[in-house]
Order: sequence, then C-alpha cells, then structure tokens
Amino acid sequence: MSTHATDAMNAPPAQGFYLTEEHHPENGTMLGFWIYLMSDCLLFAVLFAMYGVLGGNYAAGPGPKDLFELPTVLLNTSMLLLSSITYGFAMLEMARQRKGATLLWLAITGCFGVAFVSLELTEFAHFIHDGAGPQRSAFLSSFFAVVGCHGVHVTAGLLWLGTMMAQIQVKGFRPTIQRRMLCFNLFWHTLDIIWVALFTVVYMLGAGA
Amino acid sequence: MRDNSELIHFIFGRLTWDAIPFHVPILVYTFIVVAILGIALLGTITWMGKWGYLWREWFTSVDHKKIGIMYMVLGIIMMLRGFSDAVMMRLQQAMAFGGSTGYLPPEHYDQIFTAHGVIMIFFVAMPMVVGLMNVVMPLQIGARDVAFPFLNNFSFWMTVAGAVLVMLSLFVGEFARTGWLAYPPLSGIAYSPDAGVDYYIWSLQIAGVGTLLSGVNMVVTIIKMRAPGMTLMKMPIFTWTALCTNVLIVAAFPVLTAVLVLLSLDRYVGTAFFTNDFGGNPMMYVNLIWIWGHPEVYILILPLFGVFSEVVSTFCGKKLFGYASMVYATVVITILSYLVWLHHFFTMGSGASVNSFFGITTMIISIPTGAKMFNWLFTMYRGRINFDVPMLWTMGFMFTFVIGGMTGVLLAVPPADFELHNSLFLVAHFHNVIIGGVLFGLFAGINYWFPKAIGFRLDAFWGKVSFWFWLSGFWFAFMPLYILGLMGVTRRLSHFDDPSLQIWFQIAAFGAGLIFLGILAFLMQIYVSIRNRASLRDHTGDIWGGRTLEWSTSSPPPDYNFAFTPLVHELDAWADMKQRGYQRPVQGFLPIHMPKNTGAGVILAFLAMACGFAMIWHIWWMAGASFVGLIGSAIVHTFNYHRDFHIPAEEVARIEDTRSRLLAQL
Repeated sequence: MSTHATDAMNAPPAQGFYLTEEHHPENGTMLGFWIYLMSDCLLFAVLFAMYGVLGGNYAAGPGPKDLFELPTVLLNTSMLLLSSITYGFAMLEMARQRKGATLLWLAITGCFGVAFVSLELTEFAHFIHDGAGPQRSAFLSSFFAVVGCHGVHVTAGLLWLGTMMAQIQVKGFRPTIQRRMLCFNLFWHTLDIIWVALFTVVYMLGAGA
Repeated sequence: MRDNSELIHFIFGRLTWDAIPFHVPILVYTFIVVAILGIALLGTITWMGKWGYLWREWFTSVDHKKIGIMYMVLGIIMMLRGFSDAVMMRLQQAMAFGGSTGYLPPEHYDQIFTAHGVIMIFFVAMPMVVGLMNVVMPLQIGARDVAFPFLNNFSFWMTVAGAVLVMLSLFVGEFARTGWLAYPPLSGIAYSPDAGVDYYIWSLQIAGVGTLLSGVNMVVTIIKMRAPGMTLMKMPIFTWTALCTNVLIVAAFPVLTAVLVLLSLDRYVGTAFFTNDFGGNPMMYVNLIWIWGHPEVYILILPLFGVFSEVVSTFCGKKLFGYASMVYATVVITILSYLVWLHHFFTMGSGASVNSFFGITTMIISIPTGAKMFNWLFTMYRGRINFDVPMLWTMGFMFTFVIGGMTGVLLAVPPADFELHNSLFLVAHFHNVIIGGVLFGLFAGINYWFPKAIGFRLDAFWGKVSFWFWLSGFWFAFMPLYILGLMGVTRRLSHFDDPSLQIWFQIAAFGAGLIFLGILAFLMQIYVSIRNRASLRDHTGDIWGGRTLEWSTSSPPPDYNFAFTPLVHELDAWADMKQRGYQRPVQGFLPIHMPKNTGAGVILAFLAMACGFAMIWHIWWMAGASFVGLIGSAIVHTFNYHRDFHIPAEEVARIEDTRSRLLAQL
C-alpha cells in the first residue's frame, strides 16, 4: 500500500487513518427491536397509570369484585404462558434446522394465542352484555384500555406469527428469518411480563380488594 | 330517498359539502392561491419530465442525506404556513380593540392559534431537527447510512402524511380550536363535536409513528455504527446531542401516542377517561401530555445546542472548550427533562410540596444550560472569530436565549407562575427560547452544513440580511408581549377592550413584519445561491476548516459517504487527521455494500394517511380498507429479501478519481 508508506513519513498513527477492507458494523436489529419494546412498555406504563388513578372510580356502576372471575382469568393466563413455552420449543427446533417441527410448534403456539384472545373477547362480551362496557365508568374505561391494549398486541403477534410461518415455509431458515424469530421471541415474552403485571394489578388486586 | 341518503352517508361518512368553507373568503382566496401555485409546480415538474427522476432518486431513496434534505424542504414549506398563521394573529390582535372586532371571527382565530402551534412544533421544528440529524450524524460517525435505511424513508413519509392532513383541514372541514395540546374536556366530543380535533389527533398520531421509528433508528445508528476507534467520549458533540434527543424521543413519544389514543376513545367510543362525568379526570390528560411535552422541548433544543457547539469551535478555529462538561450537561438535561412536567400547570392545585419539587427541578435545569453557555463563551475567548453567517446566528442565539432562559427560571417560581401562567408573558418566554434557540440554531445549521449537503455554499449577503431582520424582528415582536403579560394580558384572545394596550400589539405586529422580511431574505438567499452556484461551489469538501469527519469527504458526499471507513484516534477526528498529515486514499477501492431504494415507504404512508382521513370523517369502509391494506402491504414488504446491492469497485474508483482531479485543480 503506497498510501501507507506516505503516511509513515508524517508520523501518523500506526494503524492508519482508515480501514483498508470493508467495514461491517454489527447488525443493530436486535438492539433496535429491544428499544422499540421498551417504548412499548412505556405505552403500557401510561395505561397502568390511568388504571391506577381511575381504577377506583366506579361511577355507581359495577366494581372489580362484581365482574372478575379469577378461574377464567387463570385459564387465560395459562394459555398465554403455555404459548411462550411452545414458542421456546419452536426456537429449539429452529436451532436444529428442522423445518417441519418448527412449523408444528409455531402452529401450537398460535393455537394457544388464539385461545387466549378468544377467552379475553368472551370476557369482554360478557361484561358488555351485563351493562359493564367501557362507557360505563372510568374504572371500566381504563380496564378495557389496558387489558384491550395487551389483547391488541397479542393479536398483532398472531398475525406476525402467521407471517413468520409463511416465510419459513417459503424461504427456509435464512439469517434474516432467524433474526426475526428472535425478535418475535422478545416480543412474545414481553407480552407475558406485561400480562403478569396485568393479572396481578388489575385482576388479583381488584378481585381481592 | 331515505335509502339514498343512507347510502351517501355510508360512502362519505359525515363529510358533506358543508365541510368545504365556501363562505369564508380568506380560505377561498388561500385555496385559489395554493391551487394555482400547486398546479404551477406540478405542471413544471411534468413539463420538465422530472417525475421519474424525483421518484427514483428522491421519494424512494433510502439515502440518509437525501431523506434529510427532504425533511428540511418539508420543514421550510410548513414554516411558510405556520408563519402565515402567526402574521394573521399579530394583525388581528393589533386591530381588534374596542369597537373594532378585527377581521377574524373567534372560531377562525382559535383554529389559527392551534394550527400555528401544532405546525411550528410538529411539522417545522421536528422535521428540520430530524433532517439535520439525518444529513449530518451518519457522516460525523463515519457510517455509510443509518442502521435501518428503509425505516428512515418510511418515517419521513409518515411525517409528510401527518403534514398533509393538517394542510387538508384548511380546505376540508376545520382544525381544532383547542390550543396546541387540545386539553379535554374542551377537546372532548361534548365541546368539540366537529372534525377539528380529529384532524389534530390523526395527524399527530401518524407523524408520531414516524418520529418514534426515526428515534429508534438513530439511537441504534449511533450505538452500533460508529467508525472504529470512535469511543463515546470521542463522538462529535452534535452526535452526542443527537443521541440524547433520540433517547428522549423513544422515551417520550409513546406517552403522546397513548394519551391521544385515550382521547380518541373518549371521542369515538364514548369512554370516560377525561370527561367530567362517570369518574373521568381531565387533569390526567394534562399530566400525561406534558410528560411527553416537556421532554419534547428538549428534543427540539438539544441538537441545536450541538449545532452551536460545532459552529463555535469551527468559526473560532479552536477545539470546543469543555467537551466533557458539555457531554455531561447534555446528559443531565436529558434526565432532568423528565422531572419538570408539572411546572406547566402549577395552578392545578397539587399543593406546596409538589409545586416546590417541580419548581426546584426546573430551576436546576438552568445549571447545565448555563454551563453550556459558558463553554461557548470560553471557546470564543481568544479565538480567531470568523463572523460568517453561521457564527452570527450562534451569537444572536446566545444574546437572545439567555433572556428566554432567565424568564423561564422566573416562571419556575410557583407563586410568580400563579400570576403569569396563561399570560402573554409565557407566550413571550417560549417564543424566546424556541425562536432564539431552535430556529436560530436551525438557520445556523442550514448555513453551516448546506455546502456539505448540496455542494455549494449559501450566499453570505442575503444570509446576513435574513439574520438581522430575524433578530431585530424577534425582539420587536416579543418584548412587547413580555410587557403585556406582566400587565396581566392573557393569551389566545382575539379582542381587547383596553385601548391603552394597543400600541404594544402594534409594535409586536411591526416585529412580525420584520420577521417576514427575514423569511423573504432567507428564500432570496436560497434563490441567489442556486443562481450563483458555480461561483459558490466548494470542491475542497472542507469549506470552513471543519474538525469532524463529515468534512473529510467530498461535498456533496458520494452515495457511500466514505470510500474507506475512517479510523478514529482522537476527538475531532478530521482536525487530527489534517494535523497528522492524512493522505486521501486513491487506490485499492473495494465494492461497497449499499441498501436499495424502495417505494414501500411512500405506499405505506399513503395508506396510513387515507386511514386517518377516513377516521376523521367517519368513513368506516375506507378506514377499514386502508388499514387492512396498510397491514397487508407491510407484510408483503417483509417478503422482499432483495434489499441491497454492491457499488462495484470500478464505480467507486471512478467517483474518487473525479474528486482527485477536482482537488488537484484547486
């Protein structure tokens, strides 16, 4: 490298001023997705704060004790947590490069997710039928907002899951797809964590208070 | 007949001919002028056959430099709209005394001050700040592009979609009459049943998605893509401020999103979050929106603190005084900006202890800001100051911003705030810091980096004319408002009874006139510079004797920014390279891996805009269809795996050889 020879006469640093081969910065997708998830948690933080402030304002309407049925919620919770376990199995199968098994576990994960959303929608429909819709009181508005926002996230996750299954089917395990599976992993577990907080703060404290 | 009207209602929602303001002459004339200018512009582009060029080279571009320039263009266009609103308010307030009601009815006046605030913050300051960061930051860290180039393009078009919705409200329906933060219960369905607040909500939601994604993108870019050797404490100061600002964006914008969703639910579904009845609490809205809103003002000002730091050190020919303290000050401001939101509503009645806490945290912010001011002063001390246009803006900022900072500390004292809140004193204060800080900083930044982004410098004469009109105009326009505020005049009034106040409003209107000349001079500066671009062209790539990496490449930089990724050894890497006898590499070029352009961003943003428009007018079928289309297109886009290509080594060699020839001719 003749340029390096010239540099040497002007006492430049030994490593030179530039890389002579192509620079490949570390891929930032995981970090970016992580940051996005943190911002999503802030979204939930706002809804939790709303529930914290307005959750006791029943406006002479039904309160949590009148509405919540903990056994149903427990069933619902187990659906969501099981879906995370089965997603973990899908990730393990992907690590073994076994396409069929991965798709199978993803499908099972999807079934648990659909069961979760259906149970939640049934609960909502039940509340609304009993005159405890989101318009009834600030408590119910904030309840529907925070639980519903989680439900919307799970639904979006199911769409994403379906898309990933199609991509694995069509494109196989490329690095991009493996990275997306990891992102989904983060997303799905974050929804678990938020659900555990919801279960505790909204349902258990509500039904017990 | 009845079936027919139901069908029409199904197709058009609540959009009827009544929504078109034929009965408001000002809007009709505005529409005619805008239509003529628009047709002229579109006609010119068609006549010159430039649509294909614009689409291929700009609209679908994932190049951070081009996206940055498009952000700046958007900001400048929207500034003309926002400033027209300002002039209309100044004229109305100068006229409407005693028997005269001025020329604007209250319901129109209220839309104007709301639109002015919303546009200036969301669609002028934000796009221009994001635009500057886009153009400059990747160059400063020696990167080829941002971490997620497609996302960058998408973010830009989402911002455009929001801006289009705001502009549309001028001619289809109306804008909110609520003030720029749309406090409920006024913004609730009971008191604002028309489409105005919905325009507000959806334009901010759509643009907000763009801003949030852009924030994620920039943070990852700065964390992951710095040139080898550039440790955090060797990062240029502008990059530091960009990092802090984008962290603030990521941490603040979700709150705005959430609070606007809740307001929409109140309006569309009939929930009771911010209502007066059924247990709702409007003060929750005020708290939450300021938990976003206060960081937002630091989102705007921090990058401009970075600009001033770069400009001061370059135009004084010295390294920045107190780099480390500047970094710490920036980080401290970033953290403190979350701990002061309540000072926007001390009168809420939260009690002495809460108010004292927020008053004191607010005052503490002036300490790091003051440290920055001294750092700039000490950088100038014994420097060889070059009074070129960017430096003039910087010095104008230092004189002006200090006053705004001091009135800010004054307002941070809760008892004083009880007297002054909601008065013109407050209006004068925040214009003092936003014009004196953000706007002056943007002009400093535009004048400083224009030659880097475009390849020729801006005309200095018209730049100076613009600066002096802006500076004097600012002082004439806002000092009277301080005085009026101290006398107890509240904000957002379209008529006054006391004739003795009129003279102050007339002085303020005169100031607005001077600012108008400043804007004209700025447009003239751009026109003259384009006309004289041959003589203003810069072949060195380092027109000001800069100190950071963006000046080490050509102006404008090639698509790939740097033929070889720089290795950084010191703070102010380019100054270090020049001092230690850096020789530009002229051979051994390699193919360069680059992202491909894509039209997906334009399409997705257009669908988002259509969805927003349909939601505003309750056209449910269109909202559903465009939303499904939006999700569907996004999914289709994820199946595209051909997103990059290589610039061949011969092409790189050709571009670099051209530059070598130009450098040899100097």
